[in-house]
Amino acid sequence: MIPGINTIPLFVAIALAGAFLISLAGKKIKWVPDTLGNLTTFALLCLSIFAVKLSGSQGTLVYGVGYWNPPVGIAMVLDGLTSFMLVTVNLVAFIISIYAINYMEKYTSKWKFYTLFLLMLAGMNGVIITGDIFNLFVFLEIASVASYALVAFGTERHELEAAFKYAVMGTVGSLFILLGIALLYSRTSTLNMADMGSVLAGKGSTDLIRLVSVLFLMGFGLKAALVPFHAWLPDAHPSAPAPISAMLSGVLIKSLGIYALIRIFYNVVGMSPELASIIMLLGAISMVVGGLLALGQWDFKRLLAYSSISQVGYIVLAIGLGTPLGILAGLFHLFNHSIFKSLLFLNSGAVEYSTGTRDLQQMGGLGKKMPLTGLTNLTASMSIAGVPPFSGFWSKLFIIVAIVQAGYYGYAFWAVLVSVLTLAMYVKVTKYAFFGTLKEKWEQIREVPAFMKLSMAMLAFICLIGGVLLISGIKEIFLQPASKALLDGSKYSSLVLSQVK
Amino acid sequence: MIIYLLCLMLFCVGLYCILRKRNIIKIIVGVIISEYAANLFFILVAYRIGGRAPIFSSQADISASTMVDPLPHALVLTAIVIGLATTALLVAIAMRIYEKYGTFDITKIRELRG
Repeated sequence: MIPGINTIPLFVAIALAGAFLISLAGKKIKWVPDTLGNLTTFALLCLSIFAVKLSGSQGTLVYGVGYWNPPVGIAMVLDGLTSFMLVTVNLVAFIISIYAINYMEKYTSKWKFYTLFLLMLAGMNGVIITGDIFNLFVFLEIASVASYALVAFGTERHELEAAFKYAVMGTVGSLFILLGIALLYSRTSTLNMADMGSVLAGKGSTDLIRLVSVLFLMGFGLKAALVPFHAWLPDAHPSAPAPISAMLSGVLIKSLGIYALIRIFYNVVGMSPELASIIMLLGAISMVVGGLLALGQWDFKRLLAYSSISQVGYIVLAIGLGTPLGILAGLFHLFNHSIFKSLLFLNSGAVEYSTGTRDLQQMGGLGKKMPLTGLTNLTASMSIAGVPPFSGFWSKLFIIVAIVQAGYYGYAFWAVLVSVLTLAMYVKVTKYAFFGTLKEKWEQIREVPAFMKLSMAMLAFICLIGGVLLISGIKEIFLQPASKALLDGSKYSSLVLSQVK
Repeated sequence: MIIYLLCLMLFCVGLYCILRKRNIIKIIVGVIISEYAANLFFILVAYRIGGRAPIFSSQADISASTMVDPLPHALVLTAIVIGLATTALLVAIAMRIYEKYGTFDITKIRELRG
């Protein structure tokens, strides 16, 4: 027994236990939801940092749930990519739960919020850590159903409309994934992802595998909001409360969409050149269309939501290249985007908290009244627009270098063009919301409370120093193992199956 | 073969219902129909013509090759429960929408656009 292997199922268990206890005690006792919610996310953050250390020293670890060894039982797999994603998700979740202490005061029934929040977190951690494809579907549905409910949390007209649209489209996406799993099971007679990979590698590619690839591309593409499947995102993300918008745009579309997509395509089904070119095309289209649509928005949060589509396009395009540099850059951009997009959504929440509006034309000069919000928003905007020395600059630079290196000059041109568009849209946000003259009706507004300030400052700090992840020595701990897990491709199955005695 | 095609047709009926109907309740019914088609397909994958229930016994000579596959049945049970949760949530949202808008017609519930 490898020491520390028993911590693997805790990622799901702690989050589920937190959700259960809050729903049990939170209704009666006022301090329980905040304290317990934050303790849970903090424990998960500590665990995920421990997981990086564990997978760094031990390589790939496999935990058989209920001591049923894979491929018979459900397996949980911890490797470089898993621990990378766990740190990203739990770091953002921890900071957002601090923010929610103050922000969620304006809603009644905070305990419902924390229960759904932790359920969503349990689903996301489960999707990341599981090594069983049907188990992945179950966790994906847990996270999705919790997020449908959270989008409708305000129960006003727009929230309900957005939640209905999101729920119907999300369910259809899940059905495509379920059909794909059924077809894969009929082909391989196994559900363990590693075992499935080795069976498929032995049988070779057929039309059935192509059909399954298309089904997964539709299903996970819908969860990741790639462009032909993106229609729900600009409605759902702005309608949720700000901490949830940050969670949805920051990590939900990445863990449910991008992570599941790349894990299955690289490690299980196998990446064929046609598939890679389709994924890159989808990424490029998302990048351009999302950027163009974002530019014309006047609703603060809606602009951020369209910008998420555009940035997800960057990530998918870079990872679709399949070169070592491309995958590294894509994953680094994934981490950076989850930090600065969360921060931007928290800023929009802070503005809404103080002024009660999301319309950029109504704002102006808010930087004078809300100095910290203005400053952190400037940091995040410069980071996402790719201004050195912020983290976003390095990841975008690496993505563009990787695209040029792989010889796709057309895509490189669009990537540069969209980064100019990104700069333009964030100049617009900063200019209309925080700079300029203060309007008379905003004379009375105040800066947001302490916990909201604290969490925004923490995220801004990470934006500022994010570039250090690329320095050799730190890169080998965090980013390199994650991209290696994808580059190994079909070796994933032998790595996992060799762990089982 | 024909049964798989019928199953696919059922799925398409559900999708048609989701895409073309204007009434929210009918859209929810469409979601349910597609869900059932996906579950049915999973069961069909497990089925074997003339297969028997997967119970071993010392009395008769029963080999695993004459049984239907039990695993998809367990999976479909899970999928049905997930479907129940989704449907309940959708219906709850639909009720709230009716309270706010006073209609089930989605062409009248379109305040979010652009």
